[in-house]
Amino acid sequence: MSGCDQCALADALPPPPTADRDRPRMVAIVGPPNSGKSTVFNRLTGLRQKVANYPGVTVEKRLGRARLDDGHEVTLVDLPGIYSLSPRSEDERVAHDVLAGRMPGFPRPDAVLLILDSTNLGRHLMLAAPILALGLPAMIVLNMADDLRNRGGEVDAEALTKQLGAPVVLASATRDEGLEPVWRFLTECGATPSPAELPALQDVPRCHAWAARLGRHASYQPPAPPLWTRRLDSMLLHAIWGPVIFGLIVVVVFQSIFSWARPLMNSVQSLIAWSGAWVGSLVPNTWARSLVVDGIWTGVGSVLVFLPQILLLFLFIGILEDSGYLARAALIADRTMARVGLQGKSFIPLLSAYACAVPAVLATRTIENKRDRIATILIAPFMTCAARLPVYTLIIAAFLPERPVLGPLLGTRAAAMLGLYLLGFLAAFTTARVLKSSILKSERAPFVLEMPPYRRPTLESLGLRLLDRAKIFLRRAGTIILAMAVVLWIVAHLPLSGGKVPPIERSLAGTLGRTVEPVIRPLGFNWKIGVGLITSLAAREVIVGTLGTIYGMEPDAKSRGLQAALRRDLTPGGAVALLVFFAFAMQCMSTIAVVRRETGSWKWPLVQFAYMTALAWGGAFLANRIVSALL
Amino acid sequence: MELRQGEQGILDHLDLPEDVSRRLMELGFVPGSPIVAALSAPGGDPRVFQVDGAEIALRRDTAACLKLRPAASAAAD
Repeated sequence: MSGCDQCALADALPPPPTADRDRPRMVAIVGPPNSGKSTVFNRLTGLRQKVANYPGVTVEKRLGRARLDDGHEVTLVDLPGIYSLSPRSEDERVAHDVLAGRMPGFPRPDAVLLILDSTNLGRHLMLAAPILALGLPAMIVLNMADDLRNRGGEVDAEALTKQLGAPVVLASATRDEGLEPVWRFLTECGATPSPAELPALQDVPRCHAWAARLGRHASYQPPAPPLWTRRLDSMLLHAIWGPVIFGLIVVVVFQSIFSWARPLMNSVQSLIAWSGAWVGSLVPNTWARSLVVDGIWTGVGSVLVFLPQILLLFLFIGILEDSGYLARAALIADRTMARVGLQGKSFIPLLSAYACAVPAVLATRTIENKRDRIATILIAPFMTCAARLPVYTLIIAAFLPERPVLGPLLGTRAAAMLGLYLLGFLAAFTTARVLKSSILKSERAPFVLEMPPYRRPTLESLGLRLLDRAKIFLRRAGTIILAMAVVLWIVAHLPLSGGKVPPIERSLAGTLGRTVEPVIRPLGFNWKIGVGLITSLAAREVIVGTLGTIYGMEPDAKSRGLQAALRRDLTPGGAVALLVFFAFAMQCMSTIAVVRRETGSWKWPLVQFAYMTALAWGGAFLANRIVSALL
Repeated sequence: MELRQGEQGILDHLDLPEDVSRRLMELGFVPGSPIVAALSAPGGDPRVFQVDGAEIALRRDTAACLKLRPAASAAAD
């Protein structure tokens, strides 16, 4: 009976594509989560990678090119981490559709590279059954062989090769060991697998027994338990020390993005000032120089300054994720999440929302429960994303002198920043609580989370992450922020009166600012902030460039710099109100667009935008009143 | 039966909806497998379980639906 399932599947599939000289061969990389799949992908493709989305779904499509010794290239596609091919979650459906050749606009792969964790073969071998049943040439890489060896485990890859009728190799992708046969496989691809037997794919216990039998044939000796992981966990999941360390890690991350990034940011700033002066000297001293220097250089430059800080934040998130600590953090946080009606699975999207709400909204795909998913999407933009950092940094540095709070560990500025992060967090959780006890009420979904062993993050993987982030940030600076800078420069210089540029308050931008001023005056904002609030509807960090441009056009403010100009122009109440406004407001077109796409209608993004803006106005109003009364 | 930290049991059956129990079985919670209760989040929930060489965290209400028999009876089977 085990054969029938497999035949039915094989019959339903289109035949493997025939060799085509024009198209580079396509090889899919498949594997369970935590099998080191992406490390293999990085090893094979290096920097020749591209991330996009599959049409119609939001699972990330990671494509890369591997250059072979014979000069040919192979396209590699890194499929999402899966435990089985039964299409239940979105990730599994994508993997299934790509492998079956049913993904629209995507060719069926010519071969499959299955990556399994050799220290966890008992479970991971189960995935070999549906993969081999595909009828595509396949190679199985038993990854993390160094770990297996060091912990006293072993497996006979030769015996597995015979049983499975497909090449099986031991390798260690992090150390670049044992990947030679993989390169050969990419060159030749080889024949379709001819396994001795396959279990009925729908029957998990049978598949499990099949995998166990294979293990015995290959004299699989599971490794000793990961001693270091156990030792670290007894500390990091300790009833008292666990939460203490969790809190300490958070504090250290914030303090360091504030203090360590400072010298780097200063050098970027001088580089921008220096290059602006140099470019200015190349352009004739007309309106064109003003556009280039005051418009583009000031506008884009004042945002670029924050690149080091944002990269540092992503570096920390990368280290936490790659080391395996993130799963422990989710475990520690689950009770808190449950209290507001969410689940531990919402934790990871919400944590990525600290970097950016867009990937966070995409990451909610792993939440099977639709209502939990929408609730998570709706609260994700409250988490303090990297685009808020420039705004917070500017205002805090302008208004708050740096003094130690907890000795050398925490200063006033980092503490203020931490407070703002906390504020966003509280807003998110209060909102979740309200949503989950009213319109999005649902049954509690089960929480299942694998705890991977701790691993040392590799420089390579961290480097690739940072490179990705830097590219995205620079692309934004080169498109949306550049465009806003140019538009702002134009509206700040028009209409010409008698052939001369009007004073900024009588320009189009000034008029616009003055129009909205009555609405924002109760918050302690003036019309210049009003212009910033309007331009930052595109993206939060744009306000920094806008304020830089507007204050840069005032002759006396120009010499004092933006921070000093703000200090003179805003009351402390207005400054705190501005921080609160940015903590709550949904000033981000990309997020609105992605929520629209993810939820399938304009209903949720509009509700979300209205709710967040109302909360921002109310919060800023209260903040202004309270601070003004206290001081 | 309920496992306390450090205790071991044999999984007898999963008293859970089809899709949840499939997911858990793919992670190694297959009837007949030995399960060890390991560390937990502060307050004891969720708890990490060692099964089939992996460590999986489950909330108390899910874990309560994994019906176990004592480890000793495994030898009799």
